[in-house]
Amino acid sequence: MRFELTNEDLMMRELFRKFTQNEVEPIAAEIDDEEKFPEETVKKMANLGMLGIPFPREYGGAGGTYWQYINLVEELAVACATTSVVVSAHTSLCASPIYEFGTKEQKKKYLVPLASGEKLGAFGLTEPNAGTDAAGQQTTAVKEGDHYILNGSKIFITNAGYADTYIVMAMTDRSAGLKGISAFIVESDFEGFSVGKKESKMGIRGSSTCELIFEDCKVPAENLLGAEGKGFKIAMMTLDGGRIGIAAQALGIAQGAYNETVKYVKERKQFGRSIAAFQNTQFQIADMKTKLEAARFLVYYAAYMKQNKQPYSQAAAMAKLYASEAAMEITTKAVQLHGGYGYTREYPVERMMRDAKITEIYEGTSEVQRMVISATELK
Amino acid sequence: MKIVVCIKQVPDTNEVRLDPKTGTLIRDGVPSIINPDDKAGLEAALRLKDAYGAHVTVVTMGPPQAKIALQEAYAMGADRVILLTDRVFAGADTLATSTTIAAAIKKLDYDLVITGRQAIDGDTAQVGPQIAEHLGLPQISYVSDFENHGDYAVVKRVFEDGFQKIKVGYPCLITTLSEMNEARYMNIRGILDANRVLEIETWQFSDIDADIEEMGLKGSPTKVKKSFTKGAKQAGKVLEGTPKELAVAIVDKLHEKFII
Repeated sequence: MRFELTNEDLMMRELFRKFTQNEVEPIAAEIDDEEKFPEETVKKMANLGMLGIPFPREYGGAGGTYWQYINLVEELAVACATTSVVVSAHTSLCASPIYEFGTKEQKKKYLVPLASGEKLGAFGLTEPNAGTDAAGQQTTAVKEGDHYILNGSKIFITNAGYADTYIVMAMTDRSAGLKGISAFIVESDFEGFSVGKKESKMGIRGSSTCELIFEDCKVPAENLLGAEGKGFKIAMMTLDGGRIGIAAQALGIAQGAYNETVKYVKERKQFGRSIAAFQNTQFQIADMKTKLEAARFLVYYAAYMKQNKQPYSQAAAMAKLYASEAAMEITTKAVQLHGGYGYTREYPVERMMRDAKITEIYEGTSEVQRMVISATELK
Repeated sequence: MKIVVCIKQVPDTNEVRLDPKTGTLIRDGVPSIINPDDKAGLEAALRLKDAYGAHVTVVTMGPPQAKIALQEAYAMGADRVILLTDRVFAGADTLATSTTIAAAIKKLDYDLVITGRQAIDGDTAQVGPQIAEHLGLPQISYVSDFENHGDYAVVKRVFEDGFQKIKVGYPCLITTLSEMNEARYMNIRGILDANRVLEIETWQFSDIDADIEEMGLKGSPTKVKKSFTKGAKQAGKVLEGTPKELAVAIVDKLHEKFII
């Protein structure tokens, strides 16, 4: 067993840290405050090749490893959870399913511009009445000649409005239940497609979360991803991968809050000494650090399993469950150790605590992760 | 246009701490970086590559670990990287270093040689100018701006209290200031290629034409007599008043300290 990063990995991490420090951290609070999508940062990341790390070069990617992509998501989240989820949704939820399930033509047409960062991607599964119960899809796709006609709507779609390419699930055969769901590649300028209401959120406020509306939206038949009826399987496999991204995001948020706390408790003086001198602080720090590292090992392990093409569904669920709950706990402790200041927007831990909450909810709630984990154990 | 950039791998002095007992630098666990002035020189070369398709070769002399600095240079966009490493080169002062590097550059085609002004671990600012002397090149030090005009360049040379604009023909050597530009990031593909594809050219003494007596410790006339930590200066005092009052106060102070 080796707990070692290669020179290549270390160079990547150094780049990610420098980039985060110089380009992401200085605007993180502003993005949150003003609910501003980090468009400029996304462009910079695209130029450096950060939007297609794990995909082969023939499809516009960098040809890097899955860990390297996951580490980027983690390092961005240390300073800004918003920026990190833009990358995760784009890479894991849009580019990945095209890479895994797309035809050669689909990869050429859609994966190349996504992986090279020329275009941004998003994923639409959730509907007002189909959250965890994804089978309740009401968006329909009816084949008419060489097109499918989509009708319905999606909600809570990350990157909506800024993305050019969307993976959208819709019912092609309602009588078949889960096996009646199909996946489509939809371009933002397709006739009948529009972006609806934007959500105002507790955290990751700079990320764009909107409704997608399909009104007789014409999608060419060749944009069907996989085969008719395979949509649910594609969605579930895509979310398995996406969970590692969200787990990495949670890990980064926790790391950011932990870093801020260590700095603060050394500086803050009460009763004539730094609060780091109190055993309560020391024990809190010990618990935070231990959780953080436990989360890190689960996240890296899941990334390793995916990279090596081994079954990773359970590992991804465990990583996401543990890392997101650790992020919530660590950011809450971070605010507590900052005292009154921690509750203000003068310090970033307040934002980090708000950002952490979503990691327990999206791309499968903690409850769903527990279902996935135990299902493997009790079958 | 062919450019040779000389870089040095140095300890990141932002991360270096002093041993309170011995007063020496604690280098253990300190990350190594490309010397900031040299990195600006590399960036200047890469901008000439972007604008005019220049070919950029990066040379460094150092132990085998210095290859990491070359990998970084490659990941930023350099075309070719060369590591000068040999036991014979070890223990070199500025003269032996510049002799070795100049001998290597003689084996390359170049229109422009760029070095950083000085390294943050030695601060001599001698190696660049010495390389120019060895190669018989016009040299311009402390460069903060460089414009290529085809047959010649217009270069801004900066001092504490002013600057010069100098027109210089090729080939020439410039030494660059870290303030000259903001160096680009490594890019993802560059990092991968630097680790997977790039074969770093390693040149030893036998690969250059030089006199062994002029290499390394043997070729180094500099003798370090003593090194010590600079004492901290006292805080200054700000005086206020009319020019006349102030002049009187200053003269009084100088008398008091027996300076005049």
